[in-house]
Amino acid sequence: MNPIQEATADPARPGHYNLRLYVAGQTPKSLSAIANLKKICEEHLAGIYTIEVIDLLARPQLAAGDQILAVPTLVRRLPPPIKRIIGNLSNTDRVLVGLDILPGIAPA
Amino acid sequence: MELTEASIRNGAGPLAVAKARTGIEGLDEITLGGLPAGRPTLLCGAAGCGKTLFGMTFLVNGAARFGENGVLMSFEERADDLAANVASLGFDVDTLVAEKRLIIDHVRIEPSEIEVSGEYDFEPLFVRLGYAIDQVGAKRVVLDTIEALFSGFKDEAVLRAELRRLFNWLKDRGVTAVITGERGEGQLTRYGIEEYVSDCVILLDNRVFDQVTTRRLRIVKYRGSSHGTNEYPFLIDDRGISVMPITAAGLQHRISSETVPTGIADLDAMFGRGGYYRGSSVLISGLAGTGKSTFSGWFANASCGRGERCLYFAFEESPDQIVRNMRSAGIELQGHVDSGLLRFESARPSLYGLEMHLTRMHRDIVDFDPSAVIVDPISAFRGVQSEIHATLLRLADICKDRAITALFTSLSLATDHASEADRGVSSLMDTWISLTDVEASGERNRVLYVLKARGMSHSNQMREYLLTSRGVRLIEPYVGAEGVLTGAARAAQEARERSDAIARAQISERRRRELDRKRATTERQIAELRAAMSAEEGEVEMLDQQEAGREDMLTADRAAMAAIRGAAE
Repeated sequence: MNPIQEATADPARPGHYNLRLYVAGQTPKSLSAIANLKKICEEHLAGIYTIEVIDLLARPQLAAGDQILAVPTLVRRLPPPIKRIIGNLSNTDRVLVGLDILPGIAPA
Repeated sequence: MELTEASIRNGAGPLAVAKARTGIEGLDEITLGGLPAGRPTLLCGAAGCGKTLFGMTFLVNGAARFGENGVLMSFEERADDLAANVASLGFDVDTLVAEKRLIIDHVRIEPSEIEVSGEYDFEPLFVRLGYAIDQVGAKRVVLDTIEALFSGFKDEAVLRAELRRLFNWLKDRGVTAVITGERGEGQLTRYGIEEYVSDCVILLDNRVFDQVTTRRLRIVKYRGSSHGTNEYPFLIDDRGISVMPITAAGLQHRISSETVPTGIADLDAMFGRGGYYRGSSVLISGLAGTGKSTFSGWFANASCGRGERCLYFAFEESPDQIVRNMRSAGIELQGHVDSGLLRFESARPSLYGLEMHLTRMHRDIVDFDPSAVIVDPISAFRGVQSEIHATLLRLADICKDRAITALFTSLSLATDHASEADRGVSSLMDTWISLTDVEASGERNRVLYVLKARGMSHSNQMREYLLTSRGVRLIEPYVGAEGVLTGAARAAQEARERSDAIARAQISERRRRELDRKRATTERQIAELRAAMSAEEGEVEMLDQQEAGREDMLTADRAAMAAIRGAAE
């Protein structure tokens, strides 16, 4: 699996969400995490997010380099501070809390 | 299998399990070769027991000495800190890392940063570890302390499942793994991870007894291999970890019938074979000031004089003090110290626990490989009698096993020659010399006797001895009707005997002179008689000659007369 870029807006704009999802192979967990993430972003961050999916099996050195312990791990690289969420993101509320996105503020 | 030091050294015993040597002094002996190769070993103990150091030593030795590269995955300390912590032990971690023989991977766990949503697993841990192992071709892995994961991740069920998978994965990879764990209540580790690691479990312990700390190590289990089962004291100092591999006394020492001189000629003469047996243990017990150290000094001096190494454990005096004091007794030890044949190891008995002393002494003995060891004095050790006894037993065994002649001194407290402590160790000793004071006629005199000497005849006499500046001199015993006389009493008795002897000599001299005179008189008389006799002989001869002359004359006269008559007719 190659890292995928989901650029729907200008990444340089303030308030832009730069997200990175670490997975290890195409396991059911990683596939569901990707699907869940896309769905949440479309619902709450439409137009202001970038997702990069990194497969640690393909780039094992990043496991140590980025201090990844569990998969799937979602890292919010921007806006600061860096936030981490682990799991397949099936619990939307926790993802929103973890990403500091309060439901309702997102564009309808 | 009976476990003895000898069998450990010989590598005897079933070695069905391949072993990975730790390079830790003593541990490889106890485990009969090392940790189970290709399998995980659990190393548990309370904080400050030396778990991390153990793991690090295992890796560094593997990489530097045994050609087995390693990976340390640390969940607690950062790589820099780890390297710095062991640098003082002479481990050059940075070089090993630079040479790609060792990888230190610090896994940072910050519980506050982690938000959980849905299912997850720890595959990255496998990826990280696998990647590190592949990078250096690692054969050894240390996980220190993987239980830290439990504080970061609340879902224990997932964690436990993953740990089980991890340990199986390590086994499949065929790496020799050491997993450290914090000691828990009622179980070996806080989170009970011992249930996943079951091939080998080593427990470290750090106990304080009577304000003295002793580190101990025990192998709780070792699947598929025999191992030493006792608690072994171990030492962490500037030279790393050393474990004291002393097991039950095997009593299988190689023995020697060679003897070594005691360093005191007169004392040698008291033993049937002229000294101590090489490799035997000797106890010199005595009251304060009876010269126990001096006897030790002469023994050391004799050993070094033969060119043999001697290790002197001093528990009461500093090396310089011993050298100075011995000089006053006529022994010059400094030269032997300078030439490296004599080594002093001084330490206050209270500095460590007994076990620690023993461990250090053992290491020093292994290092220096002496042929004689002196422990001065064993009575300085304080503690439970049974423990002291056990310690000395093991020390004596170490020496015997290496054919080292060991000389122990012991301070007796009472005039009773066998104090409690002496009696306790006497069974360990092959030779026992007792030094005592004898009080008589207002003075104290030093007396020694050989209480026992296994395997050789020895003098049964009590001998007075003098500590002079030219050495220890034993004085010929005077055994009189009232027992042994010493000091002035002996001198007086000897003086008395000397004057008697002189008197006796004078009488016999006089008798001899009398006889001489008689002989002279007799010879003179014989000479006179002989002279008279020869005078008489001379006279007889003269008369005989005169007679013969006269006969001739008569014959001549007669002839002349006949001639005259004939002419006339």
